[in-house]
Amino acid sequence: MTPTTNTNGAPAVVVDDLRKEFVRSNGREGLRRRRKRVAALDGVSFEVRRGETVAILGQNGSGKSTLIRLLSTLLLQEGGGASIFGHDVFAETRAVRRLINRVSVEASFFKKMSAVENLSYAARFYGMAPAATRRQIPEILERVGFPRDRIGEPMEDLSRGMQQKVALARALLTAPIVLLLDEPTTGLDPRSKIEVQQFIREIREMHDATVLLCTHDLVEAEELAERVGILDRGRLIELAPPEELKRRYGAETLEEAFFAATGKAFEDEPPEEEE
Amino acid sequence: MPQGAAAVLRHELIGLAGVFERNVYLVRRYIWWDIAFFVWTVANTLTIVFIGEGVQATGGDVDVDRLTTTLLVGAVVWAYLGVIFEILTETVAWERWEGTIEYTFMAPLSRPVHLFGMGLFAIVYGVVRAILLFGVVALFFDLELPQADYFAALVLLLVASVSFIGIGMMCAVLPLISPEKGTQLGFMAQGILLVISGVYYPVDVLPGWMQLFSTISPATYALDGLRDAILDGDGLLRLGDELWPLVVIGIVSIPLGLWVFRTGETYAKRHGKLKRSG
Repeated sequence: MTPTTNTNGAPAVVVDDLRKEFVRSNGREGLRRRRKRVAALDGVSFEVRRGETVAILGQNGSGKSTLIRLLSTLLLQEGGGASIFGHDVFAETRAVRRLINRVSVEASFFKKMSAVENLSYAARFYGMAPAATRRQIPEILERVGFPRDRIGEPMEDLSRGMQQKVALARALLTAPIVLLLDEPTTGLDPRSKIEVQQFIREIREMHDATVLLCTHDLVEAEELAERVGILDRGRLIELAPPEELKRRYGAETLEEAFFAATGKAFEDEPPEEEE
Repeated sequence: MPQGAAAVLRHELIGLAGVFERNVYLVRRYIWWDIAFFVWTVANTLTIVFIGEGVQATGGDVDVDRLTTTLLVGAVVWAYLGVIFEILTETVAWERWEGTIEYTFMAPLSRPVHLFGMGLFAIVYGVVRAILLFGVVALFFDLELPQADYFAALVLLLVASVSFIGIGMMCAVLPLISPEKGTQLGFMAQGILLVISGVYYPVDVLPGWMQLFSTISPATYALDGLRDAILDGDGLLRLGDELWPLVVIGIVSIPLGLWVFRTGETYAKRHGKLKRSG
């Protein structure tokens, strides 16, 4: 399936001074509940070229998932803007939705339904008729290494790794031009993790897809991405190729560079804010 | 039709079929639960419909067949509305629970088509259940309804369903605004609608101020019309007094339902509630 929305000329992803706040409870004042506004994204700007893979690193609460959800048209911004191939994410949602798909940390399926059933109805939402999906779904499931004899089993009977492969198949089925990945390998066993990472490379190479990857995994970021960004408390404080980041901070590893850029170790997770 | 418009229409129709298809899969996967709930609905309906026999047994002087049929129509409409509201409310609630909500709401499927797909499935599923319920419960009683115009009753129910879908859309947004309690508010809307609509009694018995509300409830005309068609054999031509208000309410309630849902969706997107965990 080829998206019909125009993608000529413009950068794949443009994020311009993007701001998002959430209102949080802040105790009580008499009978009234006090509220405070918490900035999840604070003036984030960057661009992703067509076919490029950019990884965004950050701790829990740094704003990674908020960024992905904004670009997925699931949130409205407080300020700034974003576009996908020239289409305003907040004003031209239908056009943007035709161009993107997403894989997140949770595979997210109807658990009693099988992989084929889940993929089948999801493909309809992207305008794919039954004749096309009858042929394509088994092919794509085979490509992601999903065993043929389990395609009719309920998703709840499958392992996390298997479910995540079906999630990748769901994204691939709709032939997205921009793939938004939100910690797609978190919680997977090492073998599943490698398989999923390999498949992300394949999607990028075979489909000329642009990938925005938000991850905790520094090795994954370094291996998959041409450029790595560091998001800290809603602000994008770095965006450069991994080698340049290391050079800039005189670091041997990306972890050391992250530490030097943010002033904290990668494992020092703050309590999770709205993500 | 221009080629671009035809492509968009095709895309939307495939999307609508996808919503329907997904619900068919879910019914198939949960079929034993569906049968269990149907048994419960039959039992619940029987407790109401036996009231007709009970009134006579306790010395009341009533036309038992007429009272029983009146109660049966009320109970079936109650169950039907329950199905419609439940399925539409699940547009958000079930998806949030399964975790698929973000994928569905970021798909290039227009929201009206998404909601119409849910509504269409709700009507088909609800009508099948209502017919089964009516048939099964009628077997418990010696009801003779030779004059009943079932075709007119079915048409009237379908026309009324347009309004029910509009109201259902307004309820569907409630779990988006309140993940914890939104679904229950949908049941409240269903209950209020039926109380003011004369579900087991003529609306004349209601206090004056409640009767005012009954005039804008589509269920009032649905219940009246269904009883006229089944008890008195009124055909479509004689059901004009019920049909035209239903058409008018339907024309108003669908755009209103879409507007309410869209407003709720915008609120959810603004406040970060359009996500799996509330």
